[in-house]
Amino acid sequence: MAIRLSRYRARMIRAHARETYPDECCGALLGEVNAEGKWVRSHRRLDNVHEDGHRRRFRVDPYALMLVEKEARAQGMKVLGFYHSHPDHPAVPSEYDRTHAWPGYSYIIVSSRPGRTGRMTSWIIEDEGAPFTQEEIERE
Amino acid sequence: MPVKLLIPTALQRYVGGEDQIEVEGATVGQALAALADRHPDVRKHLFTESGQLRSFVNVYVGSEDSRHLQGTETPVKDGDELTIVPSIAGGVGLLDPPRERDAVLSREELLRYSRHLIMPEVGLEGQKRLKAARVLCVGTGGLGSPLALYLAAAGVGTLGIVDFDVVDYTNLQRQIIHGTSDVGRPKIQSAKETLQEINPFVEVVACETALTSENALEILRDYDVVVDGTDNFPTRYLVNDACVLLGKPNVYGSIFRFEGQASVFWAEKGPCYRCLYPEPPPPGMVPSCAEGGVLGILPGVIGVIQATEAVKLILGIGEPLIGRLMLFNALKMQFRELRLRKDPECPICGENPTIKELIDYQEFCGVHPAPAKPDDEWSISVRELKRRMDAGERISLIDVREPYEAEIASIPGARLIPMDEIPERYVELDPQEEHILQCRSGQRSRRVLEFLREKGFGRLKNLEGGVLAWSDEIDPTVPKY
Repeated sequence: MAIRLSRYRARMIRAHARETYPDECCGALLGEVNAEGKWVRSHRRLDNVHEDGHRRRFRVDPYALMLVEKEARAQGMKVLGFYHSHPDHPAVPSEYDRTHAWPGYSYIIVSSRPGRTGRMTSWIIEDEGAPFTQEEIERE
Repeated sequence: MPVKLLIPTALQRYVGGEDQIEVEGATVGQALAALADRHPDVRKHLFTESGQLRSFVNVYVGSEDSRHLQGTETPVKDGDELTIVPSIAGGVGLLDPPRERDAVLSREELLRYSRHLIMPEVGLEGQKRLKAARVLCVGTGGLGSPLALYLAAAGVGTLGIVDFDVVDYTNLQRQIIHGTSDVGRPKIQSAKETLQEINPFVEVVACETALTSENALEILRDYDVVVDGTDNFPTRYLVNDACVLLGKPNVYGSIFRFEGQASVFWAEKGPCYRCLYPEPPPPGMVPSCAEGGVLGILPGVIGVIQATEAVKLILGIGEPLIGRLMLFNALKMQFRELRLRKDPECPICGENPTIKELIDYQEFCGVHPAPAKPDDEWSISVRELKRRMDAGERISLIDVREPYEAEIASIPGARLIPMDEIPERYVELDPQEEHILQCRSGQRSRRVLEFLREKGFGRLKNLEGGVLAWSDEIDPTVPKY
């Protein structure tokens, strides 16, 4: 099943990645899942609160995520997953990504460089600890 | 007192797809337990095996993080809304260089590594990461040879090598970093020259020293990754313990005859060597390569696997062998894998570690220095044996080695009874007579001597140093092997 997001939204996510370079940015993807697929209808920038520094790590501020969860519900949407950037690194999930991933979420990764962004990919895992499977991003 | 639990998307699949569930409970812990009772599949995602709330999960009571209140004991009342929020984290790699080392690649290096640069998984950034990395190879023998060669070729910026041994002719069958003209030279010098020739851009730091409890922490501290290419148990435990205490990944490999093993031990992220092997085997049970033999090509396979894991850790790509033991059988050409678990009772990396500093590993492994006491009544030196032979004395010299060894080299006048056959064939010997027992180095013959003593033989002597000493001191035409 592919994940669908608008070109506008992809541009907004890339802008976030560019702005935070050389640090990793992160955010939540909101939307719905139906028979035709996963639709990202909205997204929220979230603060990176990782204790080990933000250049190579991210952790979503749980309080902000808690508010996003409530907001999504109020608007009849679900949290479909998250996006984050890999500064100076390919848009490929690392071992650290894999050991922290939850099945059920889509993880969008965008590679970032000074002043620009690179590939954007999306990944899911079937089960905790399993390797990532790449899923297609369909832009509309 | 029903409370409302808001279930995040990631956990909804374990609770029948519901996004909110009402449960009874007076505390956060009780509410979650009620949820887990109703939907057992969700339990392991909320609680650890000892029943604590997993660090990957936050629970908010209204807008307050329960961890800032009384944790799972936080009281809840009728109508309260509890939001379960999973911890969402990630990042680029497992290794963090402790300081930002900005590596610069020259034009020659860009050309040299072009086959790396054009791969998306490596690229310029990856190559810079390799150049900024510091890897320590413990040992430049069977495993150390291929792994150091490939790490140097790949462009690891700083390669430390530790070895205090000298190149021996018998090493050349597998230790391909050394050549014929290096026999007799310190391994560290031979290795450093070969590595620099392969890649002059690598800084090779040669440590011609034995790794001990006194120096291990200091030597390992400066490196990002430690690759264990050693061949003995005391050093393996020493390297493991030092890596655990310093928080470094330990890329492990071992070989025996035609089988090999590899793994990545990293206490912060998985099991350590002691989780797998809490105790070393009794001394003498697992023969070294010198005693058991090894297929020459085998360390090539395992050593390069170790180099591969080191490169993956540095680049932050692929799935490293953390928590996995890879087993290789060369004869069957089969790879198998075992899952390894971190042992919560591990004395050095478990929940209540008792080992907080490096210990005496020789003692731990039961290795005692060989007592070579020539005036011991159960010993005889090669010189004394030669003297008696020259004097025409009647001598019963029993060689306990294997037939093929006797074909390579032997002492004149010896009678061959292989060690395995001694339990059946010792009856051929007269217990009243004096017998001199001999093997290659004096170790096996010492064990046979102990065996015969128990059987009532009163006049026995162990030829200290065996055939090797005979070749060294009496007759250099006798080959050493």
